[in-house]
Amino acid sequence: MTPGLINPRQILSQIGLWLSVLVIVSPAILFFLWMASLSLKFEVDNAAYPPVLIPENIAWKNYADVLASNRFLTYFTNSLVVTGAATLLAMIVGVPAGYGIARMAAHKSAIVILIARITPGLSYLIPLFLLFQWLGLLGTLVPQIIIHLVVTVPIVIWIMIGYFETTPLELEEAALIDGATRWQVFRHVALPIAKPGLAVAFILAVIFSWNNFVFGIVLAGRETRTLPVAVYNMISFDQLSWGPLAAAALIVTAPVLLLTVMAQRQIVAGLTAGAVKGG
Amino acid sequence: MSVVTQTSPAAAQDAAPEREWRPPSYWPFVIPALVVVLAVIIFPWLFTIWMSLNEWKVGSPTTFVGLANYLRLPNDPRFVEAVGHTLSYTVLSVVLPLILGTLSAVVFHQKFAARGFLRGVFIMPMMATPVAIALVWTMMFHPQLGVLNYLLSLVGIPPQLWVFNPNTVIPSLVLVETWQWTPLVMLIVLGGLAAIPTEPYESAQIDGATFWQMFRFITLPLIMPFLFIAGMIRMIDAVKSFDIIFAITQGGPGSASETINVYLYSVAFVYYDLGYGSAIAVVFFLLIVALAALMLYARKRMLWTEIASGA
Repeated sequence: MTPGLINPRQILSQIGLWLSVLVIVSPAILFFLWMASLSLKFEVDNAAYPPVLIPENIAWKNYADVLASNRFLTYFTNSLVVTGAATLLAMIVGVPAGYGIARMAAHKSAIVILIARITPGLSYLIPLFLLFQWLGLLGTLVPQIIIHLVVTVPIVIWIMIGYFETTPLELEEAALIDGATRWQVFRHVALPIAKPGLAVAFILAVIFSWNNFVFGIVLAGRETRTLPVAVYNMISFDQLSWGPLAAAALIVTAPVLLLTVMAQRQIVAGLTAGAVKGG
Repeated sequence: MSVVTQTSPAAAQDAAPEREWRPPSYWPFVIPALVVVLAVIIFPWLFTIWMSLNEWKVGSPTTFVGLANYLRLPNDPRFVEAVGHTLSYTVLSVVLPLILGTLSAVVFHQKFAARGFLRGVFIMPMMATPVAIALVWTMMFHPQLGVLNYLLSLVGIPPQLWVFNPNTVIPSLVLVETWQWTPLVMLIVLGGLAAIPTEPYESAQIDGATFWQMFRFITLPLIMPFLFIAGMIRMIDAVKSFDIIFAITQGGPGSASETINVYLYSVAFVYYDLGYGSAIAVVFFLLIVALAALMLYARKRMLWTEIASGA
């Protein structure tokens, strides 16, 4: 790429490389562009043939309509509470567990996580649905928080096992010899070093919990829907036009997309380490 | 699963009990998680197995029926059909992302400007909320107003019915699944490519090998283990695929795209036949385990033929 050194072969291969990059990235880019376009068009433009990408009149109103409906705020809060609680609980429980498993080298315990990874989310729902019904919890957010642990806890444990296995033992052993308890060692030596791993586990748990749909359609009532369930109900029941629907879809997934692009390094590290996905 | 090298487990076990700070006092760290896992993973599993042995419908008394729920399965045409749909959906949703993901990984392995950012963009489909994506794909599949038929018309292909035609619904859903999950394959294979040393390529270049030859005889054999892991993960996810299918077609038109998972939902939470639903859940799980075992077996066979052919 030094100017002055013009090698036609190099230029050609550079062009070829950029063309291939363009080809493989365009399905993602075009899809989300089209999603944004749908969400910013009035009904007339969304029904136009041939389709319009950039309309003359931009329908900001679609977003205003979605945000103004008071239900949307309820569902947003529900999503926030369910994902927040399920992720926090998973971190509180899963980070020490990941540490313990890594230090005990109890690799057999990973089988449980593997089973959780293989099991279809629906199979947890049948027994837990009955349990929540007996306990009379179905009208609240508690069942969803608990069942989201099925997604978040294995992710956090799996990533933290991998992370603690790579952190150095020497410091911890020195601290133990100096008379620190195991908890103190964990709290003051292991945990500070593991901060990048904590970030990875947290981000992935948040994303997969936020995206979860299957638990909500069974457990959520009218007042306890999370955003994915609310969006699904918009498709099937309300006779809405495409604009507001696409706007709602984009609002639901926008936090995740932003997080993906901003924290792509952590996400890639976490996904390639465990290739975990919930549900 | 790639298990990171362990820190001498044998030494930990064989350590003499005299050294008082050595015995595993790490249990307190694990116990809270153990309680959660028992409550939300192990207990549901045991309870599901128990329910599958009972006639268990919401609102009526339960009776123990032994294996009757399981014996219903082979005679249930909807279930048999669902197994077929699941298998064809799975095969397509493993093969296509595997091919496209490998090609994308080869591209992303090169050095170019803004690679990190573009990689972030590339993985957006797999991170985005599936229901939100499904909603937009539904609009794009629309036979009259959808943008896909317009794109087809640009290259002279007649308009399709996509998810509204029983014959094209599964390929159409696979299109979404492929679009969504090719990035995961790409990431795993990219990890494999990063681990390949450069020497084989240098000597191949000296010998005058073409790009394709290098890919076929150096890259492909070396990334095989990663392709295998990617294929395994893809298989497990494709078999279980629910959100996209349910949100776009609910198993329709008719039952043309009803997979086991979608049928399981209907049985358990539309008809509230929880005993039968549990039996489906158990069989479904066993099917996934069997498919995974089959892949492991195929992998072993493949390794043997590779050794036999001297590759």
